Amino acid sequence: MKWVRTTAIVFLLGISAACLLANLIAPASYAHQFREEPDASPSRQHLLGTDDLGRDRFSRLLYGTRVSLLLAPAAALLSSGLAAFVGGIAGFAGGRVERFVMAGTDLFLSLPWLFLLITVRALLPLNVSPIVSVLITFAMLGCLGWAGAARIICADARALSQSDFILLARASGSTGFRLLRRHLVPNLKPVLYAQFWISVPVFILTEANLGILGLGVAEPLPSWGSLLRELEGFSSVSGQTWQLVPLILFILVVSSFHLVLTKEELPV
Amino acid sequence: MAQPTIIWKLPAEDIYTRSALPKLAAKILVTVLIGGFLGATLVRLAPGFGVDEEELDARLSDRSIQALRETRDNEPNLFVFYFRYLNRLVHGDLGTSRTLQRPVLQLVAERLPETLKSVALGLALGWSTGFLLAVAIVMSRAWLLDLLGGLLVGVLLCLPAAVLALLFVLAQAPARLLLGLVVFPKIFRYSRNLLARSSALPHVLTARAKGLGNVRVLVWHVLPTAAPQLLALLGVTVSVAFTAAIPMEALCDIPGIGQLAWKAALGRDVALLVNLTMVVTLVTLIANSASDMMGKTFRASEA
Amino acid sequence: MKKALATFVLLTLIALGSNRLLAQSGGELHFCLRSEPKTLNPLLAADDASETIRYLTGGVLVRVNRLTQELEPELATSWKLTNGGKTITFQLRDGLRFSDGTPFSADDVAYTMQQLMDPALHSPTGDAFRSSDGKVETEVLPKNHVRITFPAPIAGLDRLFDQVAIMSAKSPQKELAVLGPYFVGENKAGSYLILKRNPNYWEKDPAGRPLPYIESVRLDIQQNRDIEMLRLTRGEIHFINSLDAEYFDKVVAQDPAMAHDAGASLDSEEMWFNQVASSPLPSYKKAWFTSTNFRRAISESINREDLARIVFRGHARPAVGPVSPANKFWFNAKLQAHPFDQKSALQRLSQDGFHLQDGVLKDRDGHAVEFSVITNAGNKYRERMATMIQQDLSGIGIKLNVVTLDFPSLIERITHSFDYEGCLLGLVNDELDPNAQMTVWLSSADSHQWNPSQKTPATAWETEIDKLMRAQASTLDPKKRKADFDKVQEIAWQQEPFIYLVNKNALSAVSPAVHNAHPVVLRPQVYWNIDQLSLTSEVARNR
Repeated sequence: MKWVRTTAIVFLLGISAACLLANLIAPASYAHQFREEPDASPSRQHLLGTDDLGRDRFSRLLYGTRVSLLLAPAAALLSSGLAAFVGGIAGFAGGRVERFVMAGTDLFLSLPWLFLLITVRALLPLNVSPIVSVLITFAMLGCLGWAGAARIICADARALSQSDFILLARASGSTGFRLLRRHLVPNLKPVLYAQFWISVPVFILTEANLGILGLGVAEPLPSWGSLLRELEGFSSVSGQTWQLVPLILFILVVSSFHLVLTKEELPV
Repeated sequence: MAQPTIIWKLPAEDIYTRSALPKLAAKILVTVLIGGFLGATLVRLAPGFGVDEEELDARLSDRSIQALRETRDNEPNLFVFYFRYLNRLVHGDLGTSRTLQRPVLQLVAERLPETLKSVALGLALGWSTGFLLAVAIVMSRAWLLDLLGGLLVGVLLCLPAAVLALLFVLAQAPARLLLGLVVFPKIFRYSRNLLARSSALPHVLTARAKGLGNVRVLVWHVLPTAAPQLLALLGVTVSVAFTAAIPMEALCDIPGIGQLAWKAALGRDVALLVNLTMVVTLVTLIANSASDMMGKTFRASEA
Repeated sequence: MKKALATFVLLTLIALGSNRLLAQSGGELHFCLRSEPKTLNPLLAADDASETIRYLTGGVLVRVNRLTQELEPELATSWKLTNGGKTITFQLRDGLRFSDGTPFSADDVAYTMQQLMDPALHSPTGDAFRSSDGKVETEVLPKNHVRITFPAPIAGLDRLFDQVAIMSAKSPQKELAVLGPYFVGENKAGSYLILKRNPNYWEKDPAGRPLPYIESVRLDIQQNRDIEMLRLTRGEIHFINSLDAEYFDKVVAQDPAMAHDAGASLDSEEMWFNQVASSPLPSYKKAWFTSTNFRRAISESINREDLARIVFRGHARPAVGPVSPANKFWFNAKLQAHPFDQKSALQRLSQDGFHLQDGVLKDRDGHAVEFSVITNAGNKYRERMATMIQQDLSGIGIKLNVVTLDFPSLIERITHSFDYEGCLLGLVNDELDPNAQMTVWLSSADSHQWNPSQKTPATAWETEIDKLMRAQASTLDPKKRKADFDKVQEIAWQQEPFIYLVNKNALSAVSPAVHNAHPVVLRPQVYWNIDQLSLTSEVARNR
């Protein structure tokens, strides 16, 4: 069991190192189109072949990992934080505050946020650099993804706030910050972990779909989302198994996150 | 038997009083109306509102294009617009969809059943598999199973919806089940973590140590502790499933309200969007209020 | 045992015999629409799906044969243009009935024209007839003749009637009563349509059997092209009308007999710069975009051969100008596609004071040349073209930003706010006649994309184009019209308000079960001869 987790940590570190050193490792620029060999199979020159415009897929994977692996967890952290904040306040305060905040959360869950994203794009200049665009995108995702988790956290916090051990802790003089740190946060952890872990892949994929609105990672900068979009046509994948490498890497990274996060939860 | 650490103490909540239901209904109604208004605001402020693909049709004369622009309900004042809408609503008229040129009521009535069917099937599938898997893992405490479960969920989370849709078509499986796969990871992840925490509580461990069977531990100790959160999760998954239905129906060409919403969004069809936002808000509110109420009832009965 | 064998042989023979019968008639043709038809009213059809329904159900007076591109009689047996091209007189076929049994007469034509030309209807089909103000008069003459008079001559008038599906003036079914080969039998909104064979369709085959052969047509609404492709390979649908290049190659790999490449189509992909004087762009950028040298230089820096070869996998050809070479009569054969020549491009730029500084192109005042191109999201081919152009332009020190937008946002930018720099879109063109491009070229028109609705033409060359377009429209002499429009093409080639990129080929895939299919360049590529198509036995039997 322990070795599995160690492996996961080592794997994540390895991936992080590889994408941080992308400039040194990548055999080609992520943007350069080798126009004589579009859709090439893997070769010594192109380890994972080239994409439909002849760009080296291995290099794009390295750079894309850098973008997605850095920003998606950051956005997931943001959304989990917001969920904890909103859900926590509602749950502990209870009563009217809770009803009000939860009604707001329900509303938030059902509004067509797509249009907010479209509006944000309209407010940005067209010549915005890809980095700014992608930063804004992930920030928006982080800001919009908290509502579902907040509801569960609220239920959790409500139960906690009325539980004996919190009452006990209160009685023994624990207040404010100490109460929060020692008793509340540790108990909210499972839900927050779940929220974090689900958000990372969801945000990575959503980023690719936001390309439709002119947000997200703009060409030629790669991201995991844009690499995975290659898989959307069955005709493009069949017979070109190396195209699945980004997907496999993605799954491995997400699973590793899961292993690292869920360390002491199963009572064995 | 060990004392449950968490004792549910319920302040005399008003769920049992007679005035509760009308109050709840009023709250839902107000929230739905606010939802409609906010939805309309979002659509109105978005770029591309009031323009039409047809304007690019080179066959149209300039006069027709001008006329096309004038036919829009371009009421600049949002409040006036919404008030007019409400006024019509009171008279039973939900307005007419501009993109599909049919009454909204007719469109929604036609398509809502499709989506409800998909959502119900998806939730049934998602909960039966996700929750059972979580229970199996937590109760068996088999780390290999946990690892495999995590991996399976990872795979499902990482596959883009379009790829999943395509795999379904390849396997000739009904596209509706796709929704189940979308909610499955959430249900599994949350319930696994919640159950794991509950089963690590001292009184559960004690119960186990005293040699209580798995099923009894689960039913008597683990589930009751995690129930309010699981019920909240149930409510949330309903709205998640509804939201997930939009891309799913658009991808698989299922004629439900998700597909309708997608088209409405692309066409900035405000009449349709306001109503759809209200439908979704209504479903979300009902689901969440119901789960809330069940959670509270549950605590009350425990106390 | 012997008896069993004999029975088996007999049954097989019967089965084969009945198959042969079925090969000629019956069965259900199955294909996909990419969106729900917005209307079933033939006069209002503007989107692809509605036009498909109109083509399959509507009866027209005359039909452009999609193969020969000649005009052929349909509901009218003959027609005559008189009065300098202002009047057209049709002799109608006798004894025809609508799908619901209502008799067809000249009154129906008069009714259709009246509906079509109603200014409140805003029908794109009707607008094509509207060359000048004034009333359109329709007279019902004896012996099933009908005469339509327009206020001004319309070049190519008779061909416009290919789009006018005749509606019944009397039928209680209104627009659902049709004269075409099929009628709408079932319409499950958002899901599918079933067209049933029109028992009253007028045409018969040479053997005297009623057309169409195929009993019904099922149109599934399927937006996802991958799924459409998958269904084709599974044999669930019979054809794909316009196939993307990458799927085409897939079909070729699977079964070359199914794939049809009809050659360059009339459609073009192009890019243009915002030249609107009131746009919110900084003035130095406006100066770039209104400079002919700048536009020519950008055009010469784009490798069109590569676009055709890589993005469209060879199933496209570099575009020359507003007319595709597929349009044999109107194409100006003197013109050639702009070659890829970055040296010449830099030379042109230097004439305007642009210079390279550390690999970055700067204008006279030292502004680095950077601009954005918007295109509609979800169109893989346009996104890829834009990305390739991005690399091409970096070759002359220009930074291009590619921005994909959803369609309404994009349309708002190019038609209302004019808050964009460059735009990459395609032009769908079905009409061979240049009159169809009138609204694109007149500087006063709304569809004059690079600088629409000008009160007076902003440039001398736009003045010249205005003059030539009006001149070609006011005469019926094909030679004179051709000469005028040739000049328009030359000016467009020189000034490049639109930088034409490629003409895509018309690609389609047809299952071997469909007989008598001859896919062509003009829409609808595969089923233009729907009444002549038939299905082979296996398919007919399975249905």
